[in-house]
Amino acid sequence: MTIDAVPDGRSAGRVVDPYRSGALREPTRAPVAVGGDPEAVELYGPVFGTTEVTSLDADLTRRHLAEPHGERITVSGRVLDRAGRPVRGQLVEIWQANASGRYAHQRDQHPAPLDPNFTGTGRCLTDADGGYAFTTIRPGAYPWGNHENAWRPAHIHFSLFGRAFTQRLVTQMYFPGDPLLAYDPILHTVSDAAARARLVAAYDPELSVCDWSLGYRWDIVLDGPSATLPDPEATR
Amino acid sequence: MTAPIPGPAPVPGPAPVPGPASAPGPASVPGSASVPGPASVPGSASVPGPASVPGVASTPGPTPSQTVGPFYGYALPFPGGGEVAPSGDATAITVHGYVYDGAGEPVPDALLEFWQAAPDGSLVPRPGSWRRDPASGAFLARDGLDFTGFGRVPTGADGHWTLRTLPPPPTAPYLSICLFARGLSGHLFTRAYVEGLGGERELKGLAGDRAETLLARREGAGVFRFDVRLQGEGETVFLSFDR
Ligand SMILES: [Fe+2]
Repeated sequence: MTIDAVPDGRSAGRVVDPYRSGALREPTRAPVAVGGDPEAVELYGPVFGTTEVTSLDADLTRRHLAEPHGERITVSGRVLDRAGRPVRGQLVEIWQANASGRYAHQRDQHPAPLDPNFTGTGRCLTDADGGYAFTTIRPGAYPWGNHENAWRPAHIHFSLFGRAFTQRLVTQMYFPGDPLLAYDPILHTVSDAAARARLVAAYDPELSVCDWSLGYRWDIVLDGPSATLPDPEATR
Repeated sequence: MTAPIPGPAPVPGPAPVPGPASAPGPASVPGSASVPGPASVPGSASVPGPASVPGVASTPGPTPSQTVGPFYGYALPFPGGGEVAPSGDATAITVHGYVYDGAGEPVPDALLEFWQAAPDGSLVPRPGSWRRDPASGAFLARDGLDFTGFGRVPTGADGHWTLRTLPPPPTAPYLSICLFARGLSGHLFTRAYVEGLGGERELKGLAGDRAETLLARREGAGVFRFDVRLQGEGETVFLSFDR
């Protein structure tokens, strides 16, 4: 995949509409730098453990009496810090629309069917290699009120914790080849094309499960400084 | 569900990661081949690069944030998310407030996360912010015993949130807050300095004449008020941790 996978709207013959919901919410003043306080609590962060995740949490297709509708997929990758080190044993949470593009949320009034066999939430802890994996279905696109004919490209919402609170990340994973990527105001809140491309998963047949699911790979790099502590996993 | 599932094990190990063995991970990230790495991301130039870690190949730039959107509500909040203090602890404090937008309207769909040191100054991260029912997988409350330092609270329809926690220590007399909302392209960091713990001077140094926006004011015995104004007059000071 090249960075052209997520062109800006101009190359698609139009300008991407702005993300309107931010007009009264995005701060107008620049953030204040905390500076080099080595005692800042944000250089540390919350951790999660075995009480917080169950073994079924990573399979979104097994929460109900029957299988959900949709194209079954496996989404897998690694969580790294900005030095390339794996982020081990940390919490990954996801949520998504069903195959028809409808969230199991009462404020989602898009007239597409709810699926009684799909809720759309998952979580897991990263393994010793920083790896995570979910089994789910490919979410549908859905319309939203940002502008006329605004449809969100298919996406999965991700929430991640690193070693430090500074590395906290909530983001969205997209699918390769989606024509809606070029028009999406939310994806284009990221101004840099190379950075946008990092939000698009890669189709990876190595991750596909034979006669069962299509594989997508998506690695995640968390930014932000952390306290320089010895890695407890490294000495175990 | 009783049918045998031919699906994968819940978490496949490291084995299926393709790519050169000498480059763990990065090579498989979309776009990484043609992207010149972190330097292409604004603000990252001053960051000590991947080269500072011996034996680790160059890493692609950081994954950008995207808005939390309007529908996180069935995924992220959990029972007892705002009950950080162990149950019955007589020293617990309540910190509460509203989130307002640039028109002064309350924000009914914001999510606030809290992180702080324990009253004795310790910052040893401890799991256990929530527990699960092993039979149903349902979310149970905390165990009421351990102090994990982590809280997560969505605002209500009136834009209001409440946190019950232990007072932070005088050495770090603040609650660190990470705020998410529809309309924000990324999260916002801020701090609520709890009045009366000696942090007022540090606060002045950090935020100057806007320091008041970071002060959780004492309203009554053990109750403190902290409003967040996302935009406009009295805009809350938001923080960055690089540069
Ligand atoms: Fe969404």
